[in-house]
Amino acid sequence: MDGRGMGGPRGDLSRPATGAGDVIATMTGFARTLRAAGVDAGPERLQAMVAALDHLDVLDPRDVYWAGRLTLCADPDDLPRYDRCFAAYFSGETARPGRPPPPTVIVRHVAVPVTASGDRDTRDEEPTDDVHTATASAVEVLRHRDVSGLSPAERAEVNRLIALLDASTELRRSRRLTPAPSGRLDQARTVRTLLRRGGEVSRLHHRAHRRKPRRVVLLVDVSGSMTPYADALLRFAHAAMRSGARTTEVFSVGTRLTRLTSELRHRVPDLAMTAASDAIPDWSGGTRLGEELKEFLDRFGQRGMARGAIVVIASDGWERGDAGLLGEQMARLHRLAHRVVWANPHKARPGYEPLTGGMVAALPHIDDFVAGHSADALAELAEVIGAVRRRSPVIGAGRDERNRGA
Amino acid sequence: MTQNAATRTDDINSPRGLADHLARRAYLADEGLAAAAYLALRMRRPLFLEGEAGVGKTALARTLAEVLGAPLIRLQCYEGLDATQALYDWDFPRQLLHLRAAEAAGATDVARLEAELYDRRFLLARPLLQALETTPSVLLVDEVDRADDEFEAFLLEVLSDFTISIPELGTIHAEEPPVVVVTSNRTREVHDALKRRCLYHWLEHPSFDREVAIIRRRLPDATERLARQVARAAQRLRGEDLLKPPGVAETLDWTEALLTLGLRDLEPDTVAVTLGAVLKYREDQERVVRRGLDALLDGN
Repeated sequence: MDGRGMGGPRGDLSRPATGAGDVIATMTGFARTLRAAGVDAGPERLQAMVAALDHLDVLDPRDVYWAGRLTLCADPDDLPRYDRCFAAYFSGETARPGRPPPPTVIVRHVAVPVTASGDRDTRDEEPTDDVHTATASAVEVLRHRDVSGLSPAERAEVNRLIALLDASTELRRSRRLTPAPSGRLDQARTVRTLLRRGGEVSRLHHRAHRRKPRRVVLLVDVSGSMTPYADALLRFAHAAMRSGARTTEVFSVGTRLTRLTSELRHRVPDLAMTAASDAIPDWSGGTRLGEELKEFLDRFGQRGMARGAIVVIASDGWERGDAGLLGEQMARLHRLAHRVVWANPHKARPGYEPLTGGMVAALPHIDDFVAGHSADALAELAEVIGAVRRRSPVIGAGRDERNRGA
Repeated sequence: MTQNAATRTDDINSPRGLADHLARRAYLADEGLAAAAYLALRMRRPLFLEGEAGVGKTALARTLAEVLGAPLIRLQCYEGLDATQALYDWDFPRQLLHLRAAEAAGATDVARLEAELYDRRFLLARPLLQALETTPSVLLVDEVDRADDEFEAFLLEVLSDFTISIPELGTIHAEEPPVVVVTSNRTREVHDALKRRCLYHWLEHPSFDREVAIIRRRLPDATERLARQVARAAQRLRGEDLLKPPGVAETLDWTEALLTLGLRDLEPDTVAVTLGAVLKYREDQERVVRRGLDALLDGN
């Protein structure tokens, strides 16, 4: 890097050649462009790129391309962004402006009159008991209200209720062994104490399989027909993320499959929701559930994400595409997953029958069919996810009951 | 393997040079993979390879080991893998035997006896420790996504400074860090911190011409005509909507199956009998048969 400048990918030396500092400045700018496009090209990666260029030819655009791609990217999704940025940056154009602003309006946390009176010291004429009862029952009513018909203030209150849900999953037996009071003999530890005691067997150590939370995969339908519920369901997904960040995966489906796991990792619900809605390109579009499910299984599910997991699909089953494909993919999903749960907000409506094409095709391959239209229904969904942990013995019977519908 | 002696890292001075060395061992790397492997050698950074099953991730590590004349040390990951299986373990039965033998011989110096128990000879080196102690060596950490995250954190520790500390023995540091190839099938997202330590490369299926070249190179008995037919059929199968599209590994298996059966031409009936070498799901086979095997072949 002695006094050589940077060449563009098409060999145009439009940037002045003044030395190593210049290469670093150029690359820093490039990394910034990448970050703006959503590639996590932090300083450490940038440093690796400069180190890589040390071993390659800085003047050869192909070498620069590969040095950057190998060090700055860390995910197949990064690669198309990288290619775009590389072409734009080194041909002198500026980076594409950021994504369009999010289409959804996220209601900030507001003090709700219904609960605000909870601890208020009202020593007025009216008996305080009444206020309390009113408040309690208002929340109770709100719990059961369909989220699609809520005012912003009520919605904020429901969001708060959802954020409090514990959606941790049931435990499964892990392959990893851990010391335990009984189980198979832990030879290594037994011999270790034996050596310490000078060859006397004083006690036997045991180890047993550790128990780990099962993975949960949530597929949230964000198409037009689900618009009233998508926000609440994504908030539920966020609550699930917080209950078990390492075992939860979240995707949005509509006309495109979007992985939201990293977006929802933020602890503050509103910030996580902003990040998620930024990432979803197909809010309120159509539904191609069968195709999306296929894409999920091809790219993630079959490789292992769905294997042995609890897969929750939150959708109304309005399939615009081929319902046959949906049925086929549901069968495939059911073979891979531990349990398949379907949450359909319309299920709670009086007289609901699962008659939509998608629902009919999917129903034979579902273990649990729940509603998920209100805070209370989402609490039930959380319970279904954690079924074995919380109410162990009667899973089979309970499941059948739910399948038969409300 | 004997036609070229082992190559020193310093003798390889460009990605193309490395690609030539690999090609001489029947591994045809494209520009990106050659650059990745070259940088992994020169920068002493682990190479993190992702891609569909059967695109040659493991084969790259094997061939690199051949080029460098270094042993390939493989650590296959699985859930529950822990330090005693990946790093080192004490040989307890032997330690015990030593203790009893010393007792029988009437040893009285307790301190010395204890020191002897934790001698290097009672240490069983597992792949990671082996790789640090063997210079040069190529360490293949295969399918890291199958191990659980606890193991990942631990791997990160070893890969970041190539040092292992054993409480009873002290710190073992690699004189020259091994060449490390980490592969993943993306069954789960590997932690960012581990990726940050590595060079990242996504391996694609090879192009038609490259695949023909690979078949010809790996199976010299295959005629140009057969190689082209098989490669074209494989490319078409990848375009189909299959549960498991065939990788290069499957293409090679297929060609070998055809050659073993003495078939010199790909025709619908020869495809039918050998389809199991390339498609491993019943649904996939049915789908291809239903579409008609002729569709895989025309244009040859």
